[in-house]
Amino acid sequence: MNRPLADAPADSPSVTSAVPPAVLSANGNFDVNAVRRDFPVLSRSVYGKPLVYLDNAATTHKPLAVLEAMDRFYRTSNANVHRGVHRLSMDATNFYDEARRVLHKFFGTAIGCEIIFTRGATESLNLVAQSYGGSVLREGDEVLLTWMEHHSNIVPWQMVCARTGAKLRPIPILDDGSLDMDAYRSMLSERVKVVAVTHVSNALGTVNPIAEISRLAHDVGAVVVVDGAQAAPHMPVNLRELGVDFYVAAGHKMYGPTGIGILYGRADLLERMPPWQGGGDMILSVSFEKTVYAQPPQKFEAGTPPIAEAIGLAAAATYLMNLGMSEIHRHEQHLLRTLTERMAEVPGLRILGTAPQKAGVVSFVMDCAHPHDIGQILDGEGVAVRAGHHCAQPVMQRFGIPATTRVSLGLYNTDAEFDALIGALHKVRRMFA
Amino acid sequence: MSDTRALYEEVILDHNKNPKNFGSMPDADVVQEGYNPLCGDSFKIYLKLDGDTVQSVSFEGHGCAISKASASLMTTLVKGRKRSEVEELFHVFQEMLKSDPESPLDTEKLGKLKVFSGVREYPVRIKCATLAWHALVAALHQQEGPVSTESGS
Repeated sequence: MNRPLADAPADSPSVTSAVPPAVLSANGNFDVNAVRRDFPVLSRSVYGKPLVYLDNAATTHKPLAVLEAMDRFYRTSNANVHRGVHRLSMDATNFYDEARRVLHKFFGTAIGCEIIFTRGATESLNLVAQSYGGSVLREGDEVLLTWMEHHSNIVPWQMVCARTGAKLRPIPILDDGSLDMDAYRSMLSERVKVVAVTHVSNALGTVNPIAEISRLAHDVGAVVVVDGAQAAPHMPVNLRELGVDFYVAAGHKMYGPTGIGILYGRADLLERMPPWQGGGDMILSVSFEKTVYAQPPQKFEAGTPPIAEAIGLAAAATYLMNLGMSEIHRHEQHLLRTLTERMAEVPGLRILGTAPQKAGVVSFVMDCAHPHDIGQILDGEGVAVRAGHHCAQPVMQRFGIPATTRVSLGLYNTDAEFDALIGALHKVRRMFA
Repeated sequence: MSDTRALYEEVILDHNKNPKNFGSMPDADVVQEGYNPLCGDSFKIYLKLDGDTVQSVSFEGHGCAISKASASLMTTLVKGRKRSEVEELFHVFQEMLKSDPESPLDTEKLGKLKVFSGVREYPVRIKCATLAWHALVAALHQQEGPVSTESGS
């Protein structure tokens, strides 16, 4: 990890050279209007109305720094990595390795840990479930996960449990959407080998106490796998402090491109794990008698990796670090408070997920209208939200509803945008109540 | 320009608020479930048959305004019709929903179903408008198991 690399020669373009300095207003505060100018798509209109994008938990928009970094790579350096002797391939390799170092910095990773580039958070979770779970789990073992998991942190574990005979046990959640920590403590035993938990619930916004969950799991010898897809873009995430064994994130939810995710893992675990996919780039030598695998992270990166996407993701992470994750978090917490107060004023509207620690996700139902119809009316007003079960059907089951409408915030949202949202919610009432 | 009022015609809003033939039917010959896995909408269709003619039909369950109004209107249109006639009407309805939003409507064939012409602007909502119909056609064939909007047609 973090091998020192020869400095690229002067005629080699840098991937991050165009990243702007931190955007701060004159008084040193987060300047959201300046931030918005970095996101071209935010200036478009929808049905003649300004776009109000409140579907950031589904995907986020990309700042110019990301678009330009990827464009520049394809225009000036495009080549495959880790194999060429030619200048372009060496440049591409430098950028790809540099991208990994940027992600290490972004996540404050511990010594002896690796970051693997995958095709997305879902692939990262499947990798851990199949490679780690598949090689460790035995009949009688238990995998704990929570009622608030996204399907991507349920189904891979179901698959590996079915194969190994291990048992899947969901940790219940309380009425406010918090994890039931007492239940969690009572479910821990020597049988538990894996605790798979989301950092932030995509359907409820709940922020789980990962450091504590991790400590308790380690006390019984279990390994902790955290789905950080909804946390990494919205709050400082320091993996050294959280003390987890595996952590995954999605590039496109953190203002980077689609088609890339990361898997962070403890090197000692990764070294013991069998490779997941075979192919080029993950081997030291291949013969028909014996193949010697490369060390992690390469061991888990079979085939040509998403190179431009890694560069784009690194540009996104650099952009976020320049803004400051604490500043972003403070801004979104302010938005969340304002939004929650204003939505409480809409008659017949009920918010699901009122945990004390929340990220910028507000899931709600209205007594007069179905989530799909609410989403449709909002769309007509230029307001983009998500309606449905949010790939978290157990959450819907827990609260006895088929679906919710979900507003999810990003760093570029403003208080003023809530006027359009609240106005549209009143229109829903006028039409359906 | 999108005007969601074109989608949510008054007739649709009325059927959504006060659905016709809403409720279970204890002496039904066939009970058929219809489910849309994409949004979780779910209806049960209760059917009484006289040979292959619909004697009475009711529905219950939950769904969006489009799916609920469509189910409600459907129950008022199919009573006394033969299976082949119901299928023909569903076909006409589906063809209309899939047609270009600018193309003229065959109002004679469609009858009251023309209130759903606004759905043509929003193809993702076609499944909402046809959920109950899929379930009814399956019920008429006394098909085994629930039908899903994701299982073909």
